[in-house]
Amino acid sequence: MYEFNYQKASSVDEAKQLHGNAEDPKYMSGGMTLLPTLKMRLARPSDVIDLAGIGDLVGIDVSGDTVTIKAMTPHAVVAASPDVKKAIPALAKLAGGIGDPMVRNRGTIGGSLANNDPAADYPAAVMGLGATIHTDRREIAADDFFLDLFETALEEGEMITSVSFPIPDKAGYMKFPNPASRYCIVGVMVSQKGGNVRVGVTGAGACAFRVSDMENALASNFAPEAVADISIPDTNLNSDIHASAEYRAHLVTVMAKRAVAEANS
Amino acid sequence: MTVKFTTTINGKEVQGETEDRTLLVQFIREHLGLTGTHVGCDTTQCGCCTVHVDGLPMKSCTMLAVHADGKEITTIEGLAKDGELHPMQAAFRENHALQCGFCTPGMVMSSIGIVDRHKGEKLDEKTVRHELEGNICRCTGYHNIVKAVLSASEVMNKG
Repeated sequence: MYEFNYQKASSVDEAKQLHGNAEDPKYMSGGMTLLPTLKMRLARPSDVIDLAGIGDLVGIDVSGDTVTIKAMTPHAVVAASPDVKKAIPALAKLAGGIGDPMVRNRGTIGGSLANNDPAADYPAAVMGLGATIHTDRREIAADDFFLDLFETALEEGEMITSVSFPIPDKAGYMKFPNPASRYCIVGVMVSQKGGNVRVGVTGAGACAFRVSDMENALASNFAPEAVADISIPDTNLNSDIHASAEYRAHLVTVMAKRAVAEANS
Repeated sequence: MTVKFTTTINGKEVQGETEDRTLLVQFIREHLGLTGTHVGCDTTQCGCCTVHVDGLPMKSCTMLAVHADGKEITTIEGLAKDGELHPMQAAFRENHALQCGFCTPGMVMSSIGIVDRHKGEKLDEKTVRHELEGNICRCTGYHNIVKAVLSASEVMNKG
């Protein structure tokens, strides 16, 4: 790791102030991506601003038709939450499948979304459930948040404070994990709320995206067979030693089918 | 630049002074001389560096030393009490749940986390195998490790 200046914030305002005063700062939440990145010397921030001391950023609230998860809530807490399990079981399942138990004790929803790894799980939940990202300065709709590989709508110094998920009538999540890293080769979250169906895909492209053909088909028939013959083009999909673009395109259909089956079970 | 912090390691208060970038595992091994916590992969995958932070297993190669500020850290050295092995250590010994032993400290720390998460439940082999996904044994000696965790869970749930 290159040298950096460690600073610990105890409130959102203090974090913003520290960020504003530093030359090339970086916020750290759980550090599950940032620390490995620093260790490989792929980043060289002048200052690391630790958000772990901000108690206001941890917690889960279920009220009315919304589940709100504050940004620094670890995956393990989301996965084990009786409220989340009851309101959106697919979301608890998704959180419980990220990384491994030790990573889940430390990694956070805000960190994961701000990082926007193409193979992360949470972007599928945000896209597939139509969540809203709350920051220190505004609200960002799921469809406007993910821009490209590791690129989001967040501005310089903007910090995610919470994420609110509308509670669907039903939802299902399925992922085909990389057997070594547990990252998604492809993950699909489907949800139905009234006549509104969403299909959010992670792992396949540069960032999470929706599949409107599948959403339209599921809106008239919310059953696995409705998406069985819908495939997405493999142009612009990720291709690496783990899976070719063609294979990922195939997996999107398979995972979508299984996610719908799970939502209906 | 250096940071100062206060932490509790295996029940003892420790004043730390490290570089800002020092990892928790380096602090534990090199500053405190507690070399039971191992560095296997250094990339958050193998779990050899697992310690408990406020009772929860975490990978100390992917935390800064200063993250221990105000926390209670337990390492493998802190498990045995009054010369008596922790039930998980005893079960690893009884079941010969190790070959070369390099992954063992991390396996023991993570396995205690598994039993803690399923307090009062009867653990099954499938759950144990699944929840050990963050620990890698390159001797591939998983069979006896799983047996040890199942056996220890019965003792720990009684206690």
